[in-house]
Amino acid sequence: MKTPRALAIPYAVWVVIFTVVPLGLVIGFAMTDPDGKLTLDNIFAMSDYMSVLFRSILFAIIATVICLILAFPAAYIISRSSAINQSTLIVLLMVPMWINFLLRTYAWMTLLEPNGLINKLLGLIGLGPYNLINNSGAVILGMVYNYLPFMILPLYSVMVKIDQSVIEAAQDLGSNKARLVRKVIFPLSMPGISTGIIAVFVPSVSTFIISRMLGGGTNDLIGDIIEMQFSGNSYNPHLGSAMALVLMIIVLFMMSLFNQFGSEEDVVL
Amino acid sequence: MENTIISLRNAVVEYDGEKILKNISLDIIDKQFVTLLGPSGCGKTTTLRIIGGFAEMASGELFFNGVNIKNLPPHKRQVNTVFQKYALFPHLNIYENIAFGLRIKKLHEDEIRKRVGEMLELVNMQGYEKRSINSLSGGQQQRIAIARALVNRPKVLLLDEPLGALDLKLRKEMQIELKRMQQDLEITFIYVTHDQEEALTMSDTVVVMKDGMIQQIGTPQDIYNEPKNAFVADFIGESNIIDGVMHKDFLVEFAGKNFVCVDKGFEPDEPVDVVIRPEDIKVVTQDKGAIVGVVENIVFKGVHYEMTVDALGYKWIIQSTQSEEVGSVIGMNVTPEDIHIMHKSEAE
Ligand SMILES: Nc1ncnc2c1ncn2[C@@H]1O[C@H](COP(=O)(O)OP(=O)(O)O)[C@@H](O)[C@H]1O
Ligand SMILES: [Mg+2]
Repeated sequence: MKTPRALAIPYAVWVVIFTVVPLGLVIGFAMTDPDGKLTLDNIFAMSDYMSVLFRSILFAIIATVICLILAFPAAYIISRSSAINQSTLIVLLMVPMWINFLLRTYAWMTLLEPNGLINKLLGLIGLGPYNLINNSGAVILGMVYNYLPFMILPLYSVMVKIDQSVIEAAQDLGSNKARLVRKVIFPLSMPGISTGIIAVFVPSVSTFIISRMLGGGTNDLIGDIIEMQFSGNSYNPHLGSAMALVLMIIVLFMMSLFNQFGSEEDVVL
Repeated sequence: MENTIISLRNAVVEYDGEKILKNISLDIIDKQFVTLLGPSGCGKTTTLRIIGGFAEMASGELFFNGVNIKNLPPHKRQVNTVFQKYALFPHLNIYENIAFGLRIKKLHEDEIRKRVGEMLELVNMQGYEKRSINSLSGGQQQRIAIARALVNRPKVLLLDEPLGALDLKLRKEMQIELKRMQQDLEITFIYVTHDQEEALTMSDTVVVMKDGMIQQIGTPQDIYNEPKNAFVADFIGESNIIDGVMHKDFLVEFAGKNFVCVDKGFEPDEPVDVVIRPEDIKVVTQDKGAIVGVVENIVFKGVHYEMTVDALGYKWIIQSTQSEEVGSVIGMNVTPEDIHIMHKSEAE
């Protein structure tokens, strides 16, 4: 006989194979040395990489904020357009996501290079060439470009549910545009905002491809350092696992802080 | 002393090339209860949205106290709206919903608390300040929507079928309360409904609309007793509408007979609609009746009987205090004052 419990078994198996076991392995590697002895040295070794960790978090925060600022009006405009325009705009938004992530980032390299497309165009009107690549700005640009849809989509999906007559009621009661956004649209979009922030922040803080391709080696992020522990000359999966673990704990901590803040906000408003 | 507060001049509204409002002109008298009445889709909501600032006119003017406010955005207009679907703010509790407009006016918190309190009392919802919107019934949400609009002390309140979602008993109660509020607060109400009974019982002025055009503007008595055309007569209460021919002034032929009437000014032998209210027909014996017919069915309506009588194929609706046998042949009489002659409307 099939009970609800029995129905849950496939999911439980899935979770064990793809979440619990890998997590256990990461923790196991992080807490041992190459001889298999328990140790906290790997965790303490993180202190050498504090500046990289800090930079990763800073870049991710900046990218997330820029995404939010860009996505909020975009999502609102999409959510208020006609049904046909809505689906067209959403598809247009997703088309770049169907192109390989590496390819998309390569494309930015050829655009931003000293003799890339943008500098060539600027040269035509007698400007430049500018240093557009291999700096922190290019890395953040890469993050914003790649992860912006992850902010727009959840925002759009909550905004499209806001009843037009609620917006009209706010105007009717005297709200100008700024007040309408601040007092009605923003609070009603809160669930989409928190989902979007997580969806942009988490991949941004752990990326290594974007920083490697657009950062020029001087803007390594924690993701690059972790990746090197598994594939580079400095092969050390124990240190790599410790870094991954610390990063994960920091992300979880920030998310829970943020959620706390978010849910309090809801009550106050 | 009558003072026009809102004046709509030649309003035309088009959606996708289709004319929704066809040249509507309407004067709203200050402190009156004005009702826009008409079947669904006739343009009542659109008319209200023009006044509220949410719909644009292709052409036409809108004056508020003599000032053209056609291009004024909604948040700057001295009108407030009670929306069809209440449109309360789901993220705010009841107190904050009602206080919303007052906070924009930057009133002192003490004043806000006092006014919100007054409003909750007015709509009979004291003690609900902290409750969430979702915990309220439809009727309660409607009261909060009314309070949220009235707390701003607008000159004009727009109400779009505010009682449409309520059950009959609650609707009757709210009709009385709304009328009381309107009279106590001395605010102009522009009220939209498709319910003719609601319109007749609540209004000072009724505006009957059809297909984006105004059919008649008048007091409920005018509209009921002197309908301008067959559409109004039929929409306002039940009517018998019979094809007739106006031979000359004061003489009309219908149901195969000539009748003396009180109307004049038609073309000789003009085809007309003859409108007779069911309660204006007197049942007499067969030999004394101008029109003779067979009773097809009879229903007891509490105060009177309502019967359907077939005479020469036309089914007459008649109200009478005395009952008749189904199948019996009766006579019907009508006095000249109760025969209303109308031009055939071109729209049909
Ligand atoms: N935004 C709109 N776009 C297209 N057609 C509309 C729009 N709003 C209303 N209409 C049309 O205008 C007509 C009148 O609508 P409305 O004013 O809502 O009528 P009522 O309130 O009397 O039922 C209807 O046929 C409706 O379909
Ligand atoms: Mg309507």
